[in-house]
Amino acid sequence: MRIKEHPIIDFKRGKPVSFTFNGREITAFEGETIAAALHAAGVRVLSHSHDLKRPRGFFCAIGNCSSCLMKVNGAYNVRICVTPVREGDRVEMQEGRGDIIAKA
Amino acid sequence: MTSLQKPEIAIVGGGPAGLSAALSAVRQGAEVMLIDRDPALGGQLVKQTHMFFGSRKEYAAIRGIDIPGKLMAALEEEGPEKFKPLLDTTVLGYYDDGVILADKEEEQAMLIKPQKTIIATGAAEKMLPFPGNDLPGVYGAGAVQTLMNVYGIKPGTRVLMIGAGNIGLIVSYQLLQAGVEVAAIIEGAPKIGGYLVHATKARRAGIPIKTSHTIKEAYGKDSVEGALICSLDENWCAIPGSDLDMKVDVICLAVGLTPQTELLWQAGCEQKYIPELGGYVPLRNEKMQTSLPDLYVAGDVACIEEAGSAMVEGKIAGLYAAADLGYAEKVEERYTSYYRELEELRAGPTGAKIRQGLSRLNGGV
Repeated sequence: MRIKEHPIIDFKRGKPVSFTFNGREITAFEGETIAAALHAAGVRVLSHSHDLKRPRGFFCAIGNCSSCLMKVNGAYNVRICVTPVREGDRVEMQEGRGDIIAKA
Repeated sequence: MTSLQKPEIAIVGGGPAGLSAALSAVRQGAEVMLIDRDPALGGQLVKQTHMFFGSRKEYAAIRGIDIPGKLMAALEEEGPEKFKPLLDTTVLGYYDDGVILADKEEEQAMLIKPQKTIIATGAAEKMLPFPGNDLPGVYGAGAVQTLMNVYGIKPGTRVLMIGAGNIGLIVSYQLLQAGVEVAAIIEGAPKIGGYLVHATKARRAGIPIKTSHTIKEAYGKDSVEGALICSLDENWCAIPGSDLDMKVDVICLAVGLTPQTELLWQAGCEQKYIPELGGYVPLRNEKMQTSLPDLYVAGDVACIEEAGSAMVEGKIAGLYAAADLGYAEKVEERYTSYYRELEELRAGPTGAKIRQGLSRLNGGV
């Protein structure tokens, strides 16, 4: 899903970094957000609504909408669309509201 | 809690309006703190790969992505000691006594008490109600731009664009540049809202633009697999039997923007609902000063328009915030030239809606 050729933009991707999503290893590029990296890897469902458990995906990409909240390195409710991916990150789908006090 | 910081001017939001306000105030000689929640300045310009129209002074014929660098270079030239960017910092509150509460990523809360504050927080995208609008695969147009133009990632393979305003038209064309198919652009109104030049570009590339059409529902199991669209009559009611099933995996919403006025509500400045300007907008005078004398506004938070006029409003707000602090060199002369620029940008048929909205905001009918 990454754009290979573009008439205007020359994408300068950073060096490859690897992280895990629900235990699965994914390669991303430095400078990308976690959400962008997951999207590039074909992950479309990022969370579920609290009551009806409907799937929620990438929606606003600027930290406004809360549909991408995940558990990252033990911390809950991380807005992955504005969080840069780092080597070795442990990213997990979050069920429910999470523990807002928990920290890795 | 850290100690209270006291810059002469604080600007909230480092997009086109905020950056331009910073440059204008620093040029007058004031000391400016520019606060932005992102790790880099530029706001939504970072994803605007198309060329800008408007006046040459406001970077017509330059791509949006190239503008922040030019403004930053100009700020650097004016003397970096006067300019303090505070990045990765979200402003959470504006209190009665003019104190700003901000949260710097992974650090502690900060208190800032500027002498003058310019709010340039921009806009948020509007949502459209329809069954299935919460499915993964339904995106705001801004998110599609971020994915494609910032990260070089395709949102999907086949897109239904909702809205034929400038954003819908431009993003459709950008999708084609990224190698993504656009099945159609649909628009509820009987007329295309955006500039003819953008519409022509999309049409020439083979994208059908269906006016008087709306989306009835999005369907799919875990993400969008298709959409039902239908035609609307002159009363915006669905015409029975006009349903069309479109197989798409992306539905992109480009249905307008609304000012992000939360801080202005907290501050308690007077606001008025003006649909032509995007919703509730602050009352302000020609200096871009709100009903609270120490609080100024610029850009989309004051009126949904475009980056060109946002930058001129920024120049005016920065000029007067500085002038009120005594940095009053050539104020009249500069204001006159900025005002002319705004008039030029708002002239002609494309500016009619803005002119009408501003006239209603100022007490007209």
